[in-house]
Amino acid sequence: MALANDLADTSPRTAADKRVMTAEERFFAASQWQLMWRKFRKHKVALASLVILVIFYLIALTFEFWAPYGPYTDQGLVNAPPTTIHFFTDDGRFTGPFIYGIEQELDTETFKRVPVINKDEMYRLRFFVHAEEYRFWGVIKADLHFFGVEGDGRLLLLGTDDLGRDLFSRVLAGSRISLTIGVVGVFVSLIMGAIIGGIAGYYGSWADLVISRIIEFIGSIPNLPLWMLMASIIPLDWPIVRVYFMTTIIISLLTWVGLARIVRSQLLQLRTQDFAKAARLAGASDLRIIVDHLIPGMLSYLIVSVTISIPQTILAETSLSFLGLGLRPPAVSWGVLLQAARNVQNIVLRPWMLSPAIVVILTIFVFNFVGDGLRDAADPYK
Amino acid sequence: MINYLIRRLALTLVTIVVLSFAIFTIVQIPPGDAIDREVRAREAQGDLVSREEIMTLRRQYGLDRPMAVRYWEWISGFWRGDLGRSASGRQVSYLIMERLPQTLALSFAGLIITYAVAIPIGIYSATHQYSIGDYLATGIGFVGLSVPGFLIGLILLYLFYKWFGLSIGGFFSTEFKSAPWSWERLVDLINHLWVPLLVITIGSTGGLIRTMRAQLLDELGKQYVMTARAKGVPKRKLLMKYPVRMSLNPIVAGIAGMFPYLLSGQVVVAIVLNLPTLGPLLNTALVTEDVALSSSVLMIQSMLGILGTIVSDILLGILDPRIRYERGA
Repeated sequence: MALANDLADTSPRTAADKRVMTAEERFFAASQWQLMWRKFRKHKVALASLVILVIFYLIALTFEFWAPYGPYTDQGLVNAPPTTIHFFTDDGRFTGPFIYGIEQELDTETFKRVPVINKDEMYRLRFFVHAEEYRFWGVIKADLHFFGVEGDGRLLLLGTDDLGRDLFSRVLAGSRISLTIGVVGVFVSLIMGAIIGGIAGYYGSWADLVISRIIEFIGSIPNLPLWMLMASIIPLDWPIVRVYFMTTIIISLLTWVGLARIVRSQLLQLRTQDFAKAARLAGASDLRIIVDHLIPGMLSYLIVSVTISIPQTILAETSLSFLGLGLRPPAVSWGVLLQAARNVQNIVLRPWMLSPAIVVILTIFVFNFVGDGLRDAADPYK
Repeated sequence: MINYLIRRLALTLVTIVVLSFAIFTIVQIPPGDAIDREVRAREAQGDLVSREEIMTLRRQYGLDRPMAVRYWEWISGFWRGDLGRSASGRQVSYLIMERLPQTLALSFAGLIITYAVAIPIGIYSATHQYSIGDYLATGIGFVGLSVPGFLIGLILLYLFYKWFGLSIGGFFSTEFKSAPWSWERLVDLINHLWVPLLVITIGSTGGLIRTMRAQLLDELGKQYVMTARAKGVPKRKLLMKYPVRMSLNPIVAGIAGMFPYLLSGQVVVAIVLNLPTLGPLLNTALVTEDVALSSSVLMIQSMLGILGTIVSDILLGILDPRIRYERGA
């Protein structure tokens, strides 16, 4: 509409008009990606989610620095509830963030160890502290932590587990496996989906028939039991890295279907378009037509479905590890951490063990918001 | 229609054969079989097991024959209802039959609740677009769709315990477990059932609300609706008679995916809430490497999924003649 009005408008332009025109010209000259980005930016929730997501991934890649303790370090306090951070002393004096000392005492009636706060000891919260030594990515030696408390204080933001390990540090450490498995897994299924769906969509006929049947077949059986079966045959004595990749491949073996379906239907539609026919008449090879002409046409759809597939892959890993069939205890992932929340008794006695679930839910939400924003942005009719 | 049915059933048969073969092969992959484990266990006790003894054992269990023969025995036994013995020594068929009715009941109840809840909410959401109710419904739909049931289940479990002191888990409280049916027992069952049902259905309901809303909004924007309204057709009659019926089509098609989805979602939820369904049985079978049990449970679960797909395909064929012709002819 705006364009029609501008074309009809033949009156001499003022400086202000000119500025409007250049903005509009920019709009018409913008590439598909620039247009998508413009629309995406308007979707505030999606934009905020994207920022959170980037932060999550940065933390996952460098958790050694952000976590106050190592994921396996015994804090000497078993099943301790989260530590409260105080800002005021008992007599109401503001001192900045600090925590009280915690000691564990044996309750003589229940014979359980209960944490007791010792108000005589006060430990200040400090940023950029030199504390527990770690090897960054298992290689570089360092001891700088983003935050920690001075002295012998124990800052347990999410409490400890039954081996006295700091849950907050473990959640951060678990994000490395849990968040990357989503990306790696979807990358594998994207390759599988693109090749298989591509063959079906581009060549059609019997190849399409066979592949469509396979896709239908996988769609009609419940995924999780099949994943459980495949995960259960991973040998128990494998190192973490191998289990990680095996789990990723197992998950991808069923998730490629969704991506293949999109590639197939998009290619079926695009290959009959005039530009594809023209390329074929001009003698371009199949590969060149697909790579140069067809893939750019469906890239936006692919990106959207990849964004939506990542959280599903993360969830698959979480469910499998939760059931004890994916990654196993020396490895730290969100699913492994949630194993502690498997029975009702544990949840009731130590509700803080549920915190990994909240982190997973948050991640899934954020991914879905970004996916929704991308979907709207990629839709040219909206 | 009959032609369509025959083709559909033939295809299903092929699917089941392929599936059974896949399951049988995957179950065989782990290095070593039951005999190896037995031999290792005996050797650990200090027994020396001779080669002949191993061969006899293998022959006894039929493991010396080629895989195709073993597959045939397994699958033909499966059809006769003879599923072999589990590692615990009990009949696999008994273990499964003990839990199959509950699994089916829970899945069907889930399916019915999903449709009964999602369709009206979807209609409301579409006809009252951008109202508070709509935002609420889309919000719940979004949560249900993105957060998996078992995580919601874990958190609900804790909240219910904290707020109401309810102990959830299982189908009955301990005092009603083996009691004869009575009014109190039924109440107890319902008290235990609504949480798992809520958890199982929240995901599928969320998805369905979204589809129903989007479909109906599309349909309401069409010109025939405007024409009908201009001619004075009452709002309610118009809504129910045309746009709602039109938008139900993809919803019925969705039953196909819904059944495997519900079965899949049930597995973890049942483990968390300690329900006696097939999911926990499969989990323990897999963890303890009980091959006979796990392959049978998996086979039955997958067949249930496939069965759900056929039912919805047939329903769709009845509803929409175009599908009959396209796939059947």
